[in-house]
Amino acid sequence: MNAPHAAATSATTATATIDGRRIGAAGDATILEAALEAGIHIPHLCHDPRLAPTGACRLCLVEIEGQRGLHTSCTRRLEPGMVVRTRTEAIVASRRTTLELLLSEHCVDCLTCDRDGTCLLQDYAYEVQADRNRFPNVMLQPGQPNYATGNAAIEYDPSKCVRCQRCVRYCAEVQMAEALTMTGRGADVEVTTGFDIALNDSTCVLCGGCVGTCPTAALHDRQAKGLGREKDLEKVRTTCSYCGVGCQLDLNVNRRLNRVVRVTSEPGCVPNDGNLCVKGKYAIDFIHSPERLTTPLIKEEGAFREASWEEAIEVVGRRMSEIRDAHGPDAVAFLSSSRCTNEENYLMQKLARAAGRTNNIDQCATTCHAPTVAGLGQALGSGAMTNSIGEIEDVHTLFLIGANPTEAHPIVGMAMKRALRKGARLIVADPRVTWMAARADIHIKHRPGTDNMLVNAMMRHLLDRGLADLDFVRERCENFEAFRASLDEFTLERAAEVCGVDADLIGRAAEMYREGEPSAIFYTLGITEHTYGTDNVKNLANLAMLCGQIGKPSSGINPLRGQNNVQGACDMGAQHHSLPGYQKMADPAARARFQEAWGVPMPENVGGKCTDFFEQAGEGVVKGFYCFGEDPIRSEPNANQVIENIRKMDFIVCQDIFMTEIARLADVVLPATCFAEKDGTFTNTERRVQRVRKAVEPPGDAMADWRILCAVSTAMGYPMAYAHPSEIWDEMRSLAPLLGGITYARIEEEGLQWPCPDERHPGTPFLHAGRFTRGKGLFHVIGHELPAEVPDDDYPLILSTGRTLYNYNLGNMTRKTAAIEAKQPENFVEVHADDAAPLGLRDGGLVRVETRRGSLVVRAHVGRKVRRGALWMPWHYEESPTNILTMDAFDKETRTGEYKVCAARLLPHA
Amino acid sequence: MPGIANPQELAAYRTRAVQAQARFKGRVLVCATGCRALGALALSRGLRERIRAAGLDADFEVVETGCHGQCARAPLVLVEPQGYLYGPVKVEDLDEIVQATLVEGRPVERLCEPAGDHVWTTVEEIPFYRSQVREVFRDCGRVDPRSIDDAIAHGAYEAAARALTGMTPEEVIAEVTGAGLRGRGGAGFPAGVKWGICRKAAGGPKYLICNADEGDPGAFMDRALLEGVPHQILEGMLVAAYAIGASRGFIYVRAEYPIAVEHIGLAIEAARNLGLLGRDILGSGFDFDVEVRMGAGAFVCGEESALIASLEGHRGTPRPRPPFPAIQGYDASPTTINNVETLGNVPGIILKGQAHYAGIGTATSKGTKVFALAGKVRNTGLVEVPMGMTLRQIVFDIGGGIVEDRPFKAAQMGGPSGGCVPAQFLDLPIDYESVKEVGAIVGSGGLIVMDEDTCMVDMARFFMTFVQEESCGKCPPCRTGTRHLKDILTRICAGKGRESDLEELDRLSAEVKVSSLCGLGQTAPNPVLSTLQHFRAEFEAHIREHRCPAKTCQGLFRYEIEPHTCIGCGICARNCPARCITGDKKKPHLIDPDECIKCGLCFEKCPYKAIAKV
Repeated sequence: MNAPHAAATSATTATATIDGRRIGAAGDATILEAALEAGIHIPHLCHDPRLAPTGACRLCLVEIEGQRGLHTSCTRRLEPGMVVRTRTEAIVASRRTTLELLLSEHCVDCLTCDRDGTCLLQDYAYEVQADRNRFPNVMLQPGQPNYATGNAAIEYDPSKCVRCQRCVRYCAEVQMAEALTMTGRGADVEVTTGFDIALNDSTCVLCGGCVGTCPTAALHDRQAKGLGREKDLEKVRTTCSYCGVGCQLDLNVNRRLNRVVRVTSEPGCVPNDGNLCVKGKYAIDFIHSPERLTTPLIKEEGAFREASWEEAIEVVGRRMSEIRDAHGPDAVAFLSSSRCTNEENYLMQKLARAAGRTNNIDQCATTCHAPTVAGLGQALGSGAMTNSIGEIEDVHTLFLIGANPTEAHPIVGMAMKRALRKGARLIVADPRVTWMAARADIHIKHRPGTDNMLVNAMMRHLLDRGLADLDFVRERCENFEAFRASLDEFTLERAAEVCGVDADLIGRAAEMYREGEPSAIFYTLGITEHTYGTDNVKNLANLAMLCGQIGKPSSGINPLRGQNNVQGACDMGAQHHSLPGYQKMADPAARARFQEAWGVPMPENVGGKCTDFFEQAGEGVVKGFYCFGEDPIRSEPNANQVIENIRKMDFIVCQDIFMTEIARLADVVLPATCFAEKDGTFTNTERRVQRVRKAVEPPGDAMADWRILCAVSTAMGYPMAYAHPSEIWDEMRSLAPLLGGITYARIEEEGLQWPCPDERHPGTPFLHAGRFTRGKGLFHVIGHELPAEVPDDDYPLILSTGRTLYNYNLGNMTRKTAAIEAKQPENFVEVHADDAAPLGLRDGGLVRVETRRGSLVVRAHVGRKVRRGALWMPWHYEESPTNILTMDAFDKETRTGEYKVCAARLLPHA
Repeated sequence: MPGIANPQELAAYRTRAVQAQARFKGRVLVCATGCRALGALALSRGLRERIRAAGLDADFEVVETGCHGQCARAPLVLVEPQGYLYGPVKVEDLDEIVQATLVEGRPVERLCEPAGDHVWTTVEEIPFYRSQVREVFRDCGRVDPRSIDDAIAHGAYEAAARALTGMTPEEVIAEVTGAGLRGRGGAGFPAGVKWGICRKAAGGPKYLICNADEGDPGAFMDRALLEGVPHQILEGMLVAAYAIGASRGFIYVRAEYPIAVEHIGLAIEAARNLGLLGRDILGSGFDFDVEVRMGAGAFVCGEESALIASLEGHRGTPRPRPPFPAIQGYDASPTTINNVETLGNVPGIILKGQAHYAGIGTATSKGTKVFALAGKVRNTGLVEVPMGMTLRQIVFDIGGGIVEDRPFKAAQMGGPSGGCVPAQFLDLPIDYESVKEVGAIVGSGGLIVMDEDTCMVDMARFFMTFVQEESCGKCPPCRTGTRHLKDILTRICAGKGRESDLEELDRLSAEVKVSSLCGLGQTAPNPVLSTLQHFRAEFEAHIREHRCPAKTCQGLFRYEIEPHTCIGCGICARNCPARCITGDKKKPHLIDPDECIKCGLCFEKCPYKAIAKV
């Protein structure tokens, strides 16, 4: 995206001179940026390309001809004609003295310092041969209690702080948490939290960005202390295994210890620019957890015993084959894992289809964004995020509906924060006051489940006011008239009543979205996890098309995918109805292509979704179940019913890294590898295929998942063998034109976004430019429906569930990190103060949450974050499984559970 | 209250206000700001009671005013129309003042300024005032700062009326530029030029900030102006805002100035009520309003970029310039920041014209400057003099010379950013350029007079301690450089200096100046450099001979009892905590130098001044 821009301006570039070299001086680049770009070294401690320059450290001082004194090159724009000198005698003298002053307040402790070798102060002091004895040492005492004491992740040592304020500025400008500040005056100045409160009690979100930007060891990762210096560590660039943003991380590996000791990330990397969230940065302890599965297990007489790989694979192959052969293709089901690589998902669906001879293949998209894939697929022709994360900062009007990016997709949230700092307007439709909602220009705190009413009324309002982009509609879309006619009943007044918000607010939101130049919609599971989730998605497509806010840079409709590789798992065809690259299972040409490539006929059965598997297990249809990197007992709604159904299966095999709930019920458990222990690729929410690289050896006998899948397939009579995941990828791309042009070599440095049909194709940052993937955008008529279960006298409240910043889904990875457990140790329910009052329930008290399916006692967070009449709970806690409460009602089209609405009541905890 | 809609109504309002005052025979003006700490409020209250008791309340009005300037005689009472200036006045003196002056019309001579065998009775006669040229301070001490009527009676808002309704903004800028008014906060940048840059700057809205974050130790002219003539400052802001095109202004004032905050707040409210702030001021179509923001007393917030950061709600730390505030200031919009005294000069320039103002002062430094005279001078207080007056005239003619007629050693000018001007420059004409040439600055007008008892090393140490405490800590040269400068000076004062310290003071001072981020750090070493320049021998005496020539640095001199003066009263011995003074009753005593801890208690306690520092 940047290249054409740069090329266009370079023709008219004026030049300046730095140290006698002519340098282009056209853009907004500072002297420092231009110099660094040209390879001219200027020392700098307070500069971070992500932060506004502040000129604090005084090391980057330069001379500018014709101007008195020395100037900070980090704050001065390089202007045409400027003559700059970066290392005159006066400059070097100033630099040396500044460094000697810094050393005089520094605990010069390089012998035992983690940052030995990566410390900028050390580098520069060496460079100018600073004399540390010129001034007596006046450092603040190390080891003194400070605000970070008691926090398990981040430690601050004022004796190693150079007061560059990068941490404070990062916290304010990039994370916008404003947890850190400077305190004191003169030589006593240091970093602290506001009012010196403990970090965990502050607005800190434990992103570790302060640690990442710190040029010395003043801020460091507490857990990594003593586990390796620069020369002891190897950085392995890989892709984060939590949410769908796909942050590029560097696992810092101590080979001697076979251990990932910390996570870092480099500014400039795509898509996260060196930024991380608490999970990517700190939730790595699970990798080396003693709870990891290390050997295959076979259940005998109700108890597991350790087994060899040969034995375990033999049992799995034999039992799955027997069931398949005895009961047909509908009796075996394969649940693939969107936590695992593209290559493994490809193999899993191949295993199901070629060895299992069934289309009973699914993955957790059904639990989350299946309505997106279906809805956007039907409306636009492509069921994915239309724009790139990099485009977000230039969105003029953000419309977030049913999305909480600062918690669920924190790096996308950061991109939105950048947009806000650039002046973007923000509309949030959410029943909760999320971080974004609290800062929105318009927050529509509507009743859960009333999204279609809201969006329909917005669209009717725009049509009534003559504000719709009818030119766009005429040119690019179809079925408009039927759609327009269907909106008659959706007045602002009616929507106001149904949604429980001001009519005026809805109208203003519609106009603001329409007027944005450009606007973009962002949504997540608040839209999809409904019985009419697919309709919800289609309706957002209606809105985008009606306003012509799609098919442009920074403009479109953007589902934020929840899991690291749920996009990829869908792309790989781990769904009953589609083959890799969204080729339809029903399409004879596609079937023929795969049949030829795989050398087996394609399965004939229709197959089902994971929610079907369990219902069918209850009915005795599905008997053999291959569960790969999932725990449906925790993730499916109405968990008690799921357990009952699963118990009826004849044979269950689980391939996982931990002993999950379903693994306890399994007949065979296969110890698998995590993302740090294998090679492959993940595809992030913006359709970007990125490398996953092996950093450490797996524990015990745990084996890379792709190897396990090959062994099982072979044991089931369909031999599979690959030397490396790249071979799997190459096989896949030869069969899927959507991804045909993406090779391991091309994504070595930076991922590529599909569609990418050939090896010269640059990838596709945003979709639907000029024409929709399906040709014309299709307007759908979407009516108003109610959730499957609405509040009544017995169960008067609406319960929604979701995830939090600190924990990820099952919590079995994130909760291994002590800093996270300290921050968010237990399940909770958010209750409106007005609903808490009649029960005498106070913030922090225990309360029983009950639905028709189950009940839990949890801690209450009482306030005004949720709507009156609404409850909200996370589902990260094994000891308090929220999904025993949720409703097993499903989206009409995609069978996605209605996690966002069920009727509930609060009872005092005796 | 009916508003003032146009210049005609302002004139009518003034006529009414003047008439209302004309019914009194006279006014008794009590400084109730600077003198308040010395009991001035009891004086004004006492005067009112006595005037009422004497049945004179129809004839005399007691007004609590701002500062009269001659603070050495505080608390001061000025009686109009005669102009008798009394001070220091005690409550016991009030009956006599009422009887003699108000009833009989004659001065109370014992409360007047003594002049050898006679006294100076009126302000016009008193030497302290005679050599001053009071432009910005003309009305200070003469008007009631809490009354907009009194201010208007004295001509307030006439300049604003003329500027807003009779001049274009460009003409206003040209007038101020032509007058040669330079920033009185210290930097001396031409005010009109600053306005012109801001006026021409792209983008908006534009802002005007009045910098009342007066921080130099000893300087208090801005406080006095805000306390004494708040409407004059508001009027200056009104004209400045009109010139640059700002519709919003701030007064950033230290919270430690409660009377200034109160008076300017009352002034803003009164001006708003009369429509002199707000929309369509005086029918000009120009809108302007002002709010007061209180600083928490950080010296660095006098630096304009730190002030803006503080005003925006951030920690008050400076930002590198460019961009300058005139282009990108408050809220990243074009902003003009003027010091209180600068703005206080503006109404006078508009009313009397640029030629009048430019006619005062020197070729490059026009107009007057207010100095805060402090230290060992007799007449401590605020003095306003034409630029170009010599230091000798200020210290001796106006200041009345050194206390106890000791020899003048140096004047510290410009506070922590300034330096000292030694005796050989007494005839130096004081203007921006010439003061800078000898290593000091005019600055905001702090002028501390020092005699031979002042140790210059100790003085440098004092300022470096101040700067170190007030450094915001953002950049290493200022944060840590001044710390080491302070430590070295402390060491020298303790007699533990090293020969290499002088070289390091020179070198580090120069480097701190060149490398620091803002004006605070860039000027912080000035007191060190200027004392090194003029008083290097004193440093050397401390280091090489472990001797403090001024006998200020404890430990670098001895106490000795002069046998001829000592009468053997024994007070010193009784007070000595080290019990090292011995002697028989009524016989000269002796200090045992080995046991003496040099606390100085005997020196202070001796009623016969028989103890000497040697």
